[in-house]
Amino acid sequence: MTLAVLKTPTAPQAPAPQTAGAAPRLSVSGLVKRYGGLVAVNNIGFALRPGEILGLIGPNGSGKSTVMKLIMGLERPNAGSILLDGEEIAGRPSHRVARAGIGLVFQHSRPLHRQTVLENIKLALLPDNLLRLIADPGVERQARAIAERVGLGAVLDRLPGTLPFADLRRMELAKAIARDPKVVLVDEPFAGLTSGEVADFSALIRGFRDEGKAVLLVDHNVKSVAALVDRVLAMYLGEPVAEGSAAEVMRNETVRRVYLGGSIETAARSQSTFSGSPLLKVENLDVFYGKAQALRGVGLHVHEGEFVSVVGLNGAGKTTLFNAVSGLVPYSGEIGFSGETLRRRSPAAIARGGIVQVPETRELFGDMTVRENLDLGGQHLPVAESDRQRDWLYELFPILKSRGGQIARTLSGGEQQMLTIARALMMKPRLLILDEPTLGLAPVILEQLSKALERLRQTTPITVLLGEQNVTFALPHADRVYVLEHARIVWEGPPDRFAAEAGTGYL
Amino acid sequence: MTLKLVTSPLFWLTIVFLVVAAFLPLGVSGYILGLLTVAYYFGVFSMAWDLLFGFAGEVNFGPTFLIGLGAYTAGILNGNGVSIPVCLAAGAVAAVVGGVVLALPALRVRGPYFGLTTVVAVLILQNLIVVFAETTGGEIGLTVPDVISIDAATNYWIALGFMTVSGLVLFAIARSPVGLILQASGQDPVEAGALGFNVAKHKLAAFCVSAFFSGLAGALFVFYMGTASVGTLVDVSVGVQVIIAAVLGGRRTIVGAVLGAVFLIAAGEVLRPLGALSTFVVSAMALAVILFVPAGLLGLLTRQGQRA
Repeated sequence: MTLAVLKTPTAPQAPAPQTAGAAPRLSVSGLVKRYGGLVAVNNIGFALRPGEILGLIGPNGSGKSTVMKLIMGLERPNAGSILLDGEEIAGRPSHRVARAGIGLVFQHSRPLHRQTVLENIKLALLPDNLLRLIADPGVERQARAIAERVGLGAVLDRLPGTLPFADLRRMELAKAIARDPKVVLVDEPFAGLTSGEVADFSALIRGFRDEGKAVLLVDHNVKSVAALVDRVLAMYLGEPVAEGSAAEVMRNETVRRVYLGGSIETAARSQSTFSGSPLLKVENLDVFYGKAQALRGVGLHVHEGEFVSVVGLNGAGKTTLFNAVSGLVPYSGEIGFSGETLRRRSPAAIARGGIVQVPETRELFGDMTVRENLDLGGQHLPVAESDRQRDWLYELFPILKSRGGQIARTLSGGEQQMLTIARALMMKPRLLILDEPTLGLAPVILEQLSKALERLRQTTPITVLLGEQNVTFALPHADRVYVLEHARIVWEGPPDRFAAEAGTGYL
Repeated sequence: MTLKLVTSPLFWLTIVFLVVAAFLPLGVSGYILGLLTVAYYFGVFSMAWDLLFGFAGEVNFGPTFLIGLGAYTAGILNGNGVSIPVCLAAGAVAAVVGGVVLALPALRVRGPYFGLTTVVAVLILQNLIVVFAETTGGEIGLTVPDVISIDAATNYWIALGFMTVSGLVLFAIARSPVGLILQASGQDPVEAGALGFNVAKHKLAAFCVSAFFSGLAGALFVFYMGTASVGTLVDVSVGVQVIIAAVLGGRRTIVGAVLGAVFLIAAGEVLRPLGALSTFVVSAMALAVILFVPAGLLGLLTRQGQRA
């Protein structure tokens, strides 16, 4: 492996003496991770002391989760050093990193479904030893004590499948506590929790700090972790952009620009210009994933020819909303499209009916050429019309024309995104749904995409529903904006009022 | 713990089954005993397979690679004058060694590729046996000079005893802390690694245990039949039978596999008058159980309806 570890001298530091208050427990420097041509993490470094909570924040695709994976040993860094108490752990497999003293609280995991909560916690207390066929009797007592501490005392003998979502997260926390790690990494500590549960979890995480553990919280925005962290490191596109207290980072110019954009030019058309009944009408939409409620009573409407943006952080429920409209997830509530209910229609029928979704994961046919991908989109059109539509799209996205024969998988991220949108437009949609088109794209590509959308808006009567957490991208094109937060619509209004009325939540 | 064991329906079912099985030779014909003997060896094949699939989460499409290695090693050695106990040990060792050689590279690949690797291993072994026909007997089969016994009851009791001991050991492993880690490795290897468990080590160990019992059972089977042939021990279709028996009996139960094996062999026999149609009927019944009772026959009996 090309692991150019150790930019720092390797002289093993002597075990920290009593002045340990100042010596970092975890010290990361020059961390680099590349996936092919994409630099996901570039020169990230920080120090984490015992009894300290550091927030690592950044928008989707900023590389913060990759940093967490690199520390845990789930991915190997291309360069850089990760020292735990002076010992190099970069590039080690995860089970050795775990034994060295790092624990990770997963956001989503697959617990043992046939074992009780107690047994799931006991699992984390077991040694990695093939010959240990009988568990240490102390394990049972320890597991019960940990369960009490995280508030699972009453449900010890239940199966994970019967637990509410918050209790499943408690169980993950319990497993991390069981390993008694020196450094705890927590992935999106509060995603999907109610405010009461957030308070419980905050207390548990403070408990880690009081025990002298070093804690790294990975989250999307400063606000959600501000009350808990001692310091914040903000990342964008793989690079560090700001470090300091939560308040300092929130005031930081670069951070503000990344999350809110500079002064945004908006060009909204007033709603009264769109007459008649709405093309898409969503009422009282509820969606559950098992125990977790992803959408609560969501309602919105989009008029023919309108450009509507749904702004929301990761996990707010944007993708779920779009998937419900496309018929991909079961829901309760009502979704109507040009006056007819979409209930009981298959996803394919909905797509043929004119609602075409561009998913956040792009879903290109990677082994086909650009041209083949486009032609698949235009499959249902007569040949002449398909050709005409393709020529028009080549005009809208000139780069695709020059790449016509190239295999889709080898395109850059921005080109892939343009191809995905173009492929959707080949289907001549009445309503185009764009889910996070800017995900992981560099600013220059963003601008190209932005221009293409603007042209689309001005030269065609197309109706667009855009989901974004990148406010800079979502506002300029929008006629109207919805804000989705924790599964609910919390604000609706024209884009020029957004920054004043709803912007603070996006730092 | 002991109390929990004694009150579980599974425990009493097993005891009743074993007592009835042990006294069976007093009342039924040698022909039926012969069938059950075969079923018991298949039961061990299936139990060993369930440890890999049900617990480690790896689908081994080539159980017959391990069985065949054990069987042919034992058979060939015996043909060269080696005594039966040594042949049995050698068969088990050969299966473990072959299993490690296969598993080391195969466990590196993910998802369906592990399964594909194991299928290819079976095809390679099958070809080698045919190519080296002078030693292996090729397509005609290998005849071994010694058999353990010619008495049907003795053979039956040996098979029953071997199956009981294998089942106990495999069941104990599955229910031990190591079994718990193995299940975690199968369900969420990323998290298991982050909890400090060496996932590859545990899966490899499971593969070795599975290989040991498959190889030993294969070797014993040869000395019961007196012959070994590709069609009865190595062919992919035999492997499919082993797999169906395990899934039919109940995934992640270990002992359910025995029920599945007995059911398959018995059903094949009862339906023999149907001719070629019997295979179809048995397959259809297996399919129905897999689709509608994912917990398997054992799940039906113990009423511990679980999600597959």
